[in-house]
Amino acid sequence: MIKVFVIILVATGLLATQPVSAGPERDLQAMQDFYQKRFPNVAPEEFANGLYAFDEGAREQWLELEDFPPYEIAVEEGEGYFNTPFANGNSYADCFENNGLSIKQNYPYFDSDTSKVVTLELAINQCREENGEQPLPYLRGELTAISAYMAYTSRGNTINVQVPNDNPKALAAYEAGKQFYYSRRGQLNFACSSCHVQVVGLSLRADPISTTVGQVTHFPAYRTVWGEIVTLHRRFVECNAQVRARPFESQSDEYRNLEYFLTYMSNGFELNGPSSRR
Amino acid sequence: MKIDRRFFIRKVLAVGVLLALPRILFAARPDKAFAATDGDEAMATLFGETPVASDRVVLKIPEIAENGAVVPVTISTDLENVESISVVVAKNPTPLAASFALGPRSVANVSVRIKMGESSQVLAVVKAGGKHYSTSKDVKVTIGGCGG
Amino acid sequence: MGKPIKIRAKMKGDIAEVKALMPHEMEAGFRRDPATNERVPAHYITDVVAEHNGDVVFTAYWGPAVSKNPFVSFSFLGAAVGDTINLHWKDNKGDSSATEAVFK
Repeated sequence: MIKVFVIILVATGLLATQPVSAGPERDLQAMQDFYQKRFPNVAPEEFANGLYAFDEGAREQWLELEDFPPYEIAVEEGEGYFNTPFANGNSYADCFENNGLSIKQNYPYFDSDTSKVVTLELAINQCREENGEQPLPYLRGELTAISAYMAYTSRGNTINVQVPNDNPKALAAYEAGKQFYYSRRGQLNFACSSCHVQVVGLSLRADPISTTVGQVTHFPAYRTVWGEIVTLHRRFVECNAQVRARPFESQSDEYRNLEYFLTYMSNGFELNGPSSRR
Repeated sequence: MKIDRRFFIRKVLAVGVLLALPRILFAARPDKAFAATDGDEAMATLFGETPVASDRVVLKIPEIAENGAVVPVTISTDLENVESISVVVAKNPTPLAASFALGPRSVANVSVRIKMGESSQVLAVVKAGGKHYSTSKDVKVTIGGCGG
Repeated sequence: MGKPIKIRAKMKGDIAEVKALMPHEMEAGFRRDPATNERVPAHYITDVVAEHNGDVVFTAYWGPAVSKNPFVSFSFLGAAVGDTINLHWKDNKGDSSATEAVFK
């Protein structure tokens, strides 16, 4: 009897570390509570700053970079691309609400027509194709710069991803993303949650681990190790490769669903991208 | 009205230089010191003497570099008549990272971001009034779990 | 012709503060191209010069150990709001760039 009681207690304590079908709102609440308990001295909004929420020395260097950050080059280039009309005379502004400015907080969203998650990068390429232009490669270059510029114009806006209650397919996409986050993969047999939830607060070699909440606020991010600005999906590719799993394609259904779940876990945070990271 | 003769001459000289060398005013870079593969050799070539340790040279650099590819460095001093400020990373393949030539109107406070191949002593050397003064710090370059 | 320099020029009391970011690879020459295994040739900014009212107020000499997309900041006296600062760089391949900014 006591044994059963203990097992139940342990199971309850691990709520935040195990995938349970409780609905997005309850998931988010559980996740926020989990980190608050784990880091009682960290102001919740600080989680948007990744490992710089915990590591004083790294934070100081990060702030020095942010004083005149290298991603400003990409933002400026992105603005140039964004404002260059297509061959048919239309431009990116014509594809988006509010002329494409200050709108990143609405991405990703679930498109009920196609029953797929639409990310901002995907929408940028859809815009190009609707206007007779070739889609751009996702991992680096022009598309990342455009996304960086659009993120820059959206700074300070509150992330507000919706999983509509009346659309079971949207919930299924969210659940698929959540499943991905908690699924072990690769030769190292790590799930995203193995590091970012279970051992958060510790370090991977010299890197403190960032929290799930606030994890997507700052993308696209300029990574000093790569010396360039990268999209969230390129980061997914890298994370999967680091646990020696075969990465999925950028904008694959898997990564779109993952972005849907992960961005929902940052609901309520202000967008602060682009940002620099090691 | 009194004419500031020195200012006038400088102005004339400046215009002269501009006419003779339209736009580009690059002076001689100390190429030999930049090619040196040893910190002492680089300093001997550049300074011609061993700098004297001085707490009037202030070197701001992280103790633990978050990433060796981008290490922010700031060097300042309250020494007078500063002619140059240099940064030497002892264990880099070519230790002299940067040298800044200052002029009479300069404020001796310079920031730059440098690369460090491995943990190393970093020296800041200030040339002031014809003499060389230095301060140094040991900087650890870590291996990242996810970044590295 | 290199890309333009991003410059922030600001008067802080009587001190003119200049911060600059220069889009440049700053290739050190030690890295191998993963595709071809060929050594990537060194390509880095060697000289930066700042001019104010025809005076050279600052010169930077750099080696390959200055970070990609270099940042530099420096300060000097004798400038005023509305004055122009000119920055030039040249690199080891003979490429160059020049940009000017106005003190705020």
